[in-house]
Amino acid sequence: MTSNDDYILQLENVSKFFGTVIALQEVTLRLRRGEVHCLLGDNGAGKSTLIKTLAGVHSPSRGRYLVDGKEVRFASPREALDHGIATVYQDLALVPLMSVARNFFAGREPVRKLLGLIPVMDIAHAARVSEEKLAEMGIHIRSPHQAVGTMSGGERQCLAIARAIHFGAKVLILDEPTAALGVKQSCNVLKLIHTARARGISVIFITHNVHHAYPIGDSFTLLNRGQSMGTFCKDELSKETLLDMMAGGSEIQSLVAELEGRAAA
Amino acid sequence: MSATTSPMQAGTRENEAAMQADERVRRLSRWHGFVNRPEFGSIAGTMLVFVLFGIFAGDSGMFHLDGVMNWAQVAAYLGIIAVGACLLMIAGEFDLSIGSMIGFAGMMMAVPSMFLHWPIWLSVLFAFAGCMVLGWLNGYLVMRTRLPSFIVTLAFMFILRGLTLVLSTYFSNSTIVSGVGEKVGSDPVVSALFQGSTLHGVFAWLARVGIIDKLPDGEPIVAGMPKVLLWWWLMAIVAGFVLSRTRFGNWIFTVGGDSAAAQNVGVPVRRVKISLFVFTAFCACLFGVLQVADVGSAAADRGLQKEFEAIIAAVIGGALLTGGYGSVLGACFGALIFGVVQIGISYTSFDSDWYRVFLGAMLLLAVLFNHYVRSRATRSR
Repeated sequence: MTSNDDYILQLENVSKFFGTVIALQEVTLRLRRGEVHCLLGDNGAGKSTLIKTLAGVHSPSRGRYLVDGKEVRFASPREALDHGIATVYQDLALVPLMSVARNFFAGREPVRKLLGLIPVMDIAHAARVSEEKLAEMGIHIRSPHQAVGTMSGGERQCLAIARAIHFGAKVLILDEPTAALGVKQSCNVLKLIHTARARGISVIFITHNVHHAYPIGDSFTLLNRGQSMGTFCKDELSKETLLDMMAGGSEIQSLVAELEGRAAA
Repeated sequence: MSATTSPMQAGTRENEAAMQADERVRRLSRWHGFVNRPEFGSIAGTMLVFVLFGIFAGDSGMFHLDGVMNWAQVAAYLGIIAVGACLLMIAGEFDLSIGSMIGFAGMMMAVPSMFLHWPIWLSVLFAFAGCMVLGWLNGYLVMRTRLPSFIVTLAFMFILRGLTLVLSTYFSNSTIVSGVGEKVGSDPVVSALFQGSTLHGVFAWLARVGIIDKLPDGEPIVAGMPKVLLWWWLMAIVAGFVLSRTRFGNWIFTVGGDSAAAQNVGVPVRRVKISLFVFTAFCACLFGVLQVADVGSAAADRGLQKEFEAIIAAVIGGALLTGGYGSVLGACFGALIFGVVQIGISYTSFDSDWYRVFLGAMLLLAVLFNHYVRSRATRSR
């Protein structure tokens, strides 16, 4: 039994009801410091509700939510953010028509005094920092003044993640970051998750793609129809078992066999 | 011949390869950057309009100082409300009540001073306060009900126009309340702020040294700088500065670009939008007060259709109907095009009825052009 100190974030037996609908039932999820914890589940498994509970959008109907071992009850996403829990949703909260620098600092603009009097946005600083932070993540942009709309999906994902890290995220919740991306871009995002972990940030990586989750994950929680099917460390299970559990048994066996066959060939 | 060309071709091919390898840091020319700015369309349009009227009305006096003042004033009046409409549009909202607000502001200024014997300074303050409260109400209703601002402000367009007419006929039994000009003239502060022209000394001096023409009695042909022009430039400079340089400006772009994203990154969406509705109402009131002070009367039909002209000026200036994109400088050039065309057409041999046709075509052209420029600027790789 590990002590509570090992966990930066815990959901203990959390249930969430919407009227008669049971969205989550007795789910327990524990995130260790500096690990990548993959949350797997098919559509309708309750992933979104779980994320929103973690992000402070919903509060649990039953059960406890602990951050750094202390029970919390967030009234708004802003409070979760103040605890260092940053969520990167699928829509990324980026404005395509605005420049990289302006997007990076939207809502948290650096300010300097013009002529020691008039507060203005420090655009030079914003441009420099956003370019630096993206470069640290391995993304090289043409110019911090280019519109976000000119960037690829993967680059935008990286921008949103880099922004969350820059503004002091201790826990990064990534909602299906690879869902809309091609192979190469997904690979870049996985690398980025690795970079974040190397910098001591704990990550919850939500996906339904085992092939993305398995290489990067340290532990895995599976959700099915609002219930947790358990949490596993990487050495406890193979990719095949994971795939099997995801799909829920026999119906996918043939596909697994085919995949193994392809891997062997 | 062939022996000399082939090494050259190889050389260019190598250059091309090097350029492609370095594609991410390729330098965009200054021209390219300028073309991609939102105000480019309106600046190009302004040049086109000047060239056209230079050809068709070049020797008619349109470009003499008195002619310039004519169209510059029209542009200035429109420019004041275009600045407000532009910021609001960038934030993703419309205000169709601008025109009615102009008429109502005039009545709020004229009626208390003429019929309730308020001092004029108080009724001017009352007009500004009243308009800003109405602007706030517009914004509050839009944000509260989440109805499109198009509908909410359309309602106010009719409500305010109707109230203007009701007030006018109730107090004066006509659609015009006159005599306000003298009242304004009797108050040194109000007349200094809103009435007539200024910098008379400078214009007299310019006439003496022969830079501007003189009337037969030795006075300059234009007595001074109309105050409405100074107000326009002041509003444009302040709004342009706020939009491009301040935190609040960044919020305006974010809110208009994607209001859900703005909410998620912690921008106070409601506050930003409501304050811009208030600002737009302020601009409309400034228009109304300047006009009443200059014309000397308030009338129930003042500002008719000005909301559309303001929106057109903003759109010609590069503002996107769906928000998130635009420029104050562009909106000012849009207003300038209006002034030049509206006044300039009477200097030409064309029938002035063509004015609206020309503007409609201009609007269509501007929208198509801006659409093209924007899709270039944000083209996905």
